Parts: sequence; C-alpha cells; structure tokens
Amino acid sequence: MSTNNHSAHDVRSELRNPLKRARGLGSAQSGVGHWWTQRVTAAALVFLAIWFVLTVLGALHADYATARSIVAKPWNALLLVAFVLAVCWHAVLGLQVVIEDYVHTRWKEVVLLVLVKFIAVLGTLATLMAVLRVALGA
Amino acid sequence: MADTQRPLSPHMGIYKWQVQMVTSILHRATGIALSVGTLLVLWGVFSLAHGEDSYNQFRTCVGSPIGLVLLFGWSWALFYHLCNGIRHLLQDGGMGYAIPQFVRSSWLSIIVSIVLTVVVWAYVLTSGGAA
Repeated sequence: MSTNNHSAHDVRSELRNPLKRARGLGSAQSGVGHWWTQRVTAAALVFLAIWFVLTVLGALHADYATARSIVAKPWNALLLVAFVLAVCWHAVLGLQVVIEDYVHTRWKEVVLLVLVKFIAVLGTLATLMAVLRVALGA
Repeated sequence: MADTQRPLSPHMGIYKWQVQMVTSILHRATGIALSVGTLLVLWGVFSLAHGEDSYNQFRTCVGSPIGLVLLFGWSWALFYHLCNGIRHLLQDGGMGYAIPQFVRSSWLSIIVSIVLTVVVWAYVLTSGGAA
C-alpha cells in the first residue's frame, strides 16, 4: 500500500480499513456464508430429493408395519434425517431472502425471520426424535 | 407493506413477458410452497413414530381428494425447484449465460419438471392408485 501509486480514482481503498477487506465479511458481517451454504445444501438436496421421491414411491401401498420397517432401515433412517436437516436449512435460507426482499417494515421482518428459524429448528429436532424412535424401536 | 419513504423498484407491469422471468418467479413460489410442504413430511414421520392409528389417519388425509390435489401440486413444485435448482447451480458455475442458452434452459426446466410429474403420477396410478 505505497502512497506513490494512489491516484484520485483509487480513493476507496484508502477510506476502507485494510482489516475489513482482509476479513471479507462485508456490511452484513457474514461474508458469502449465506450464499455458499444455500448452494451446498442445494447440491446435497439434488441427491437426497431423488432418494426421497424413489423411497416414497417404493412405499406407496405400505401398511403401518411395512412403512415402519422401511424407515427403520439404517440407510433410510440416516438419509431421512439428512434430508429433513438439509431441507429445513435450505428453506430457512431461502425464506430469509424472500422475507428480506418483500417485508419492508423492520419489526415484522425480524419477527418473521426469527419465527421461521424457530419452526425449522423445532421441526428438525422433532423429526430427528421421531426417526430415532422408529429406527430404535422405542 | 412498506412504511418507508424511499423509492421502490418499478412494478412488474412495465416489463415485457419473458420465460426467464417466469422461471425466476416460479423458483421462489415453489420454494415457499415446498417449505410449507415440508410440514407434510414431518407429519408423516411423526405419525409413523406415534402409532398405527396416527399413521392410518395420515394416509387417509393424504389420500383424500384435497390431499391428492395438494400432493400433485407439491410433486410438481418439487420437480420444478429441483430442475431449475440444478440450472441455477450450473449458472453459478459460470455456464449457460448466453441469452439463447438462458432461454433454452428456462424452457428445459419447465418442460422436464412437467414430464417428471406426469411420469411419477402415471406410475402411481398404474401401480394401483394413490394411498
């Protein structure tokens, strides 16, 4: 950062603290974390959604005992938990963008954002417990 | 909805209709619909953990006319969001940004999602009906 090279058009880099640029977190203080997590969960869901659809189609006419035994299979239990986790995470990130775009009253925006997160976390934990109950035969 | 005095972006009415616009709006709309639809998956898993009566009640609700209409809508929403999501991931990788490619991939998302929905429901109906 030698002062010799700085001309008038480069004034931006002088006003911005170098530490801020090095951290790369931007005004939202979270950098590209949201964007990146949205893509990673999306990539996971490409596979998990296809697995989910095929599994549901395979269980179309299943009675209670059959449906339970399908979910109780270790791979299915694992993938079902992964699917619900990825779906809820992806949905929270997606709904967050929608709420931030369209809800312009700050308190309503914050209430909705927190509410969506609460519902998603509760839903994920409850599903985890339900799958464990089925898989472990409780 | 806004109680601020700053200028808002132009209303949708001034734009010419384009397929890329439709895929973008549909991606959001199906995303919101699928978020709500996730509750159905949760209900199904809970009912399975809760016992046979709950599970049969769940199956009766899902297999009812309203349940089937919702399920049909959600299945298309899932396939559309999946197809268009893959399209967006490829675009995030820098692919398909020329305008003709953009238009073509938009139509591809819509058409493939409809084909997948029809294939799945054809399978459901030929394998002895839903639920």
